Amino acid sequence: MGYHLDYAVIWRSLHDLFYGLGLDLYMALFSVALGSLIGLVVAFALVSKRKLFRVLSGAYVTFIRNIPLMIIILFIYFGLPDAGFTFGEIPSFIFALTIYAGAYIAEVFRGGILAIHKGVGEAGMAIGMSNFQIIVHIKIPLLIRSVMPALSNVYISLFKDASVAAVIAVPELTFQTRRINLETFRTIEAWSSASVLYVASCFLIAFMLRRVERRVAIPK
Amino acid sequence: MSTGFFNELWLSKFMIFRGIYTCLFVSFSSIVIGTFIGMFVGLALTYGNRFTRFLARAYTDIIRGIPVLVLILTFYFVLSVIGINLSALQAGITSLAIFCSAHISEMLRGGLQNVPKGQIEAAKAVGLSFFQTFIFVSLPQALRQILPTWINTAVEIVKGSTLVSLIGVIEITLVMQQIIGRNFLTMQFYALAGLIYFLIGFSIERTGKYVEKKVAIK
Repeated sequence: MGYHLDYAVIWRSLHDLFYGLGLDLYMALFSVALGSLIGLVVAFALVSKRKLFRVLSGAYVTFIRNIPLMIIILFIYFGLPDAGFTFGEIPSFIFALTIYAGAYIAEVFRGGILAIHKGVGEAGMAIGMSNFQIIVHIKIPLLIRSVMPALSNVYISLFKDASVAAVIAVPELTFQTRRINLETFRTIEAWSSASVLYVASCFLIAFMLRRVERRVAIPK
Repeated sequence: MSTGFFNELWLSKFMIFRGIYTCLFVSFSSIVIGTFIGMFVGLALTYGNRFTRFLARAYTDIIRGIPVLVLILTFYFVLSVIGINLSALQAGITSLAIFCSAHISEMLRGGLQNVPKGQIEAAKAVGLSFFQTFIFVSLPQALRQILPTWINTAVEIVKGSTLVSLIGVIEITLVMQQIIGRNFLTMQFYALAGLIYFLIGFSIERTGKYVEKKVAIK
């Protein structure tokens, strides 16, 4: 076959790869932060007593969870300008990933809310807290601490989903790798490097999130 | 915009049907092959000796650490360099199947390990061999338990199948891009794509719920 591995090209463009990885992390972090806020609100709407809230939030979650991220991005980046909303590549990707993240995170939070013991809310009521106070001061802190393990899985998979930004030419890791591949024909080197970078980052993120989990875990 | 959306839709109906067919074909094959591979990896993960367990763990963790898109592009580009010539369709199915298998194996391990130990001991006590215990005691319970996650993975695979459009497989997404390239009805046709994917995913979810109810222990 006569293919000799030569990582020199990768070394030369290592800067681009790391820039791409940084961009992935940046977009994922942004979307995860915003998505968590949306998820929190939507999760309380999902278990709300009002039917309207339940229906609306349920529709959002089921709808978004069944639509591929790529379609959402293409719609936002290529479709919305027709309706007069034009964003750059990175903002539209963050927008898409945030909407996408919100639905997944809401589902995680919903499970957590249902698992909170009923007595906790009643105790809050007994000492005269309003419904809003009970949610903010009792339920949310408990919730975040209890769903952290499930949440970190979602966070990691959202980081991986940031690779889809390559389809609208955001210069992130996958895009850079494809460019290096097509410019230098160092196929194996390029894709193995990208895979190593992705796997290593996932491990690192998982490691950090495990520490957070341990720190916030509710002592038994 | 001289022609309306429905006119354009009517003109492109066969393209869309073919796209849906390809999408379903890719997803279905990936899920079947992936489940098959994932079963073996999952078994190695649960019952293997140290060496096979290590291999299975490495496989699962590495595949789960790589984004689907990168897997697809890697398989498409790298396999041809090392002398395995797969068509775009085959490369797409292979990579989605590999992605699926890593998830299935992890899920199966969880399901098998959750079977109460007392049951395995009871099976041993009535004289079942390891193999019999696995087939008649552990597996049915594990399968029942992993069904909801398995359905989720199936939906993820259908969604992941959009990404094979990037290596030139003409499934729903690429068909829509071709249609939009002709009539510039960008919003309408991407929304239609979203609707089609939603219907596919939603029906898988509903069927899953139905099967779950059917096989539940009453």
